[in-house]
Amino acid sequence: MKNTGTSAIHPAVVKTALFLTAAVIIFLLPQVFRSRFAQSILNQMGIAVIFALSYNMLLGQGGMLSFGHAVFYGLGGFMAVHGLNMVNNGVVPIPTELIPLVGGAFSCIFGLLFGLISTRRAAIPFALITLGIGELIASSALILPSFFGGEEGVSADRWTGVTLSGLDFGRGSEVYLLIAGWMFVSVIIMYLLTRTPLGRMANAVRDNPERALFIGYSPHMVRTIQFTLSAFFAGIAGGLFAINYEILTAHTVGMIPSAEVLMMTYIGGVGHFFGPILGAVLITFLQLFLANITHAWLLYFGLLFIGMVLWAPSGISGLIMLHEPAWKAGLFKKLLPSYAKAFVPGFVLFLGIMVFVEINYHLSLSTDPQSPMSLFGLGFKAQSPLPWIASIVLMILGVLFFRKAMTGVREAWDEITRLMRKGKADG
Amino acid sequence: MLEFILFSCINSLLYGLLLFMLSSGLTLIFGLMNVLNFAHASFFMLGAYFAYEISTYIGFWPALVFAPLGVGVVGIFIERYGLRSVHKYGHVAELLFTFGVFYVIDELVILIWGRNPVPYEVPGGLDFTLLTIMNTNFSAYRAFMLLISVAMFAVLFFVITRSRLGLIIQAALTHPETVGALGHNVPSVFMYVFGGGAALAGLAGVIGGNYLITEPAMAQNLGPIVFVVVVVGGMGSLTGAFVASLLIAALQTFAVGMEVSLSDLLALWDVYIPEASGIIEDLLRIQVSHTRGMLPYLFMVLMLVFKPKGLMGTREE
Repeated sequence: MKNTGTSAIHPAVVKTALFLTAAVIIFLLPQVFRSRFAQSILNQMGIAVIFALSYNMLLGQGGMLSFGHAVFYGLGGFMAVHGLNMVNNGVVPIPTELIPLVGGAFSCIFGLLFGLISTRRAAIPFALITLGIGELIASSALILPSFFGGEEGVSADRWTGVTLSGLDFGRGSEVYLLIAGWMFVSVIIMYLLTRTPLGRMANAVRDNPERALFIGYSPHMVRTIQFTLSAFFAGIAGGLFAINYEILTAHTVGMIPSAEVLMMTYIGGVGHFFGPILGAVLITFLQLFLANITHAWLLYFGLLFIGMVLWAPSGISGLIMLHEPAWKAGLFKKLLPSYAKAFVPGFVLFLGIMVFVEINYHLSLSTDPQSPMSLFGLGFKAQSPLPWIASIVLMILGVLFFRKAMTGVREAWDEITRLMRKGKADG
Repeated sequence: MLEFILFSCINSLLYGLLLFMLSSGLTLIFGLMNVLNFAHASFFMLGAYFAYEISTYIGFWPALVFAPLGVGVVGIFIERYGLRSVHKYGHVAELLFTFGVFYVIDELVILIWGRNPVPYEVPGGLDFTLLTIMNTNFSAYRAFMLLISVAMFAVLFFVITRSRLGLIIQAALTHPETVGALGHNVPSVFMYVFGGGAALAGLAGVIGGNYLITEPAMAQNLGPIVFVVVVVGGMGSLTGAFVASLLIAALQTFAVGMEVSLSDLLALWDVYIPEASGIIEDLLRIQVSHTRGMLPYLFMVLMLVFKPKGLMGTREE
């Protein structure tokens, strides 16, 4: 058989090697991308990775769909800002490197409290309680100004002079090192947590709470612990947010970041540990990059999310891992021609939707709808019928040919499944 | 004082009926399909925008009919081509799907009508003061809203309890398999109930949009409150939704008028905390009226923790 060569190496060795390579790449990235913009993207990505992974401890590993995870992100962030201010006022000497822990610990307390009341049941009651708690905290943010700072938020100076490493975090690249370090540690701990009895029980409770109860584990307790730990890591992410931006507003505990982390995690894929990492990196990148180019970014984001829910519920990581058996059997290249055939109409469809959306945005949101707009260097007026017709034709053609191409993809898959079965039978 | 109570009562009745119009569809959909439709308030918003668009061409009265119908069609379309295909992935996937729909409708509304509120106004024929009680005006449009809400409640009640369709819906609420076995097409019942619920939310949008403000944030503002109503009333229970709508409306309306804070309350017993600072000071200073936004959620969380069936619900999940 072909795959004996790879299976000779112990998977743990492969994984350690993967982690080490990732670490080297992460710490070398700022040497490659030196611009300020790239710097801020990298910082935000690191924070998003921790936040999304902590969210997946609930959704993916525990089967708990939360609509209020930003509560812990925000509370941790606010506490970290207050922590920085206390250090600056000389109340307590906490080194800046450990400030995220302050946020994490604070969120942990609230995680335990809210976890106890919300995790008795999973699925819809849980989703509703988290929604309610999220709205409660978001609305109390405006009436408790001494902690949340009211409309303008709370700000702090990260340059406290109390450090462990000697870095003063004046520059973005130094903050990146801090974020990358915390990200690395958090990712490893969260990964190892999935291998502990707790992580396994969280999976068991997700899949069948009754059976978990029969073998002596209270689903409520398991979920509560999982929830508390998840809140802890969200708090760490919030603390890093505080150090990175040096300001927190009531917006951070609100509905929008809660929705974003949910969509990010889901698009990345909840079934595999690395899914949320992919989602966080991709979405943060798109968010910062596309937001500069188009107003319609949130619409594309929403459409991508709906598309994922409808057609690829296992997310990007699920799509990747779907190909693992084919790759191992050396049959992956048999899929490529059908993929290439599907890509062309898919791209045409996307182009059609995009032109259509952009014309509409130009008409409704630009300062002067009469002025000509430009797409891909082509200038035209949004009122002229030609682009409308073109976009609609593109969409129709795209849909028709895409459906046809998808049958081709399905056939290719049937073909290689047959080959793989045969291979197994022969071997 | 009497004036305050009287007008708070009228306002909460008005607001409560509007909430009921929204939540009745949601609770029916939940009872029937076990789908918690996150996008329900988006249908409310679509109703308002459709009505605005129609009323600029052919006036308010046709809009009152066509806008809810349009929203109903959108609802049917979403159920048929979206929700039905995610059904096999379970309830969490359905909830995620409707959440995505909510998000996209928000953005589509911004795409078509822009970020600013649109000038959707009360029709000229109803824009006068009907009566004045103790220096406060009661406009004809409010009376009209009351009328429509009550009429809608009566029709809904009649359809659910007296008509054949209502009997099938009621039966499908508790025994979907048996109803299917008797030869009724349960998926299509689901589809029409979803469309009907969307149309009711759309109707609420038509009459509520010009009373409130027609803007892209209206779905986000009202959406969670509708959940509160459904949870407090008991998921799947129409009567529960009715009671809870009025209750939540009264809670919010009366809270607005009360400017009592904790320190005022303590002062009744001659307790003063002179050197309060930080969080304590904030807590002492909060007036009841400030908590208007959070009261319903507090109510919902407490309800879910202590009585998850809700006021009149029959099941927990």
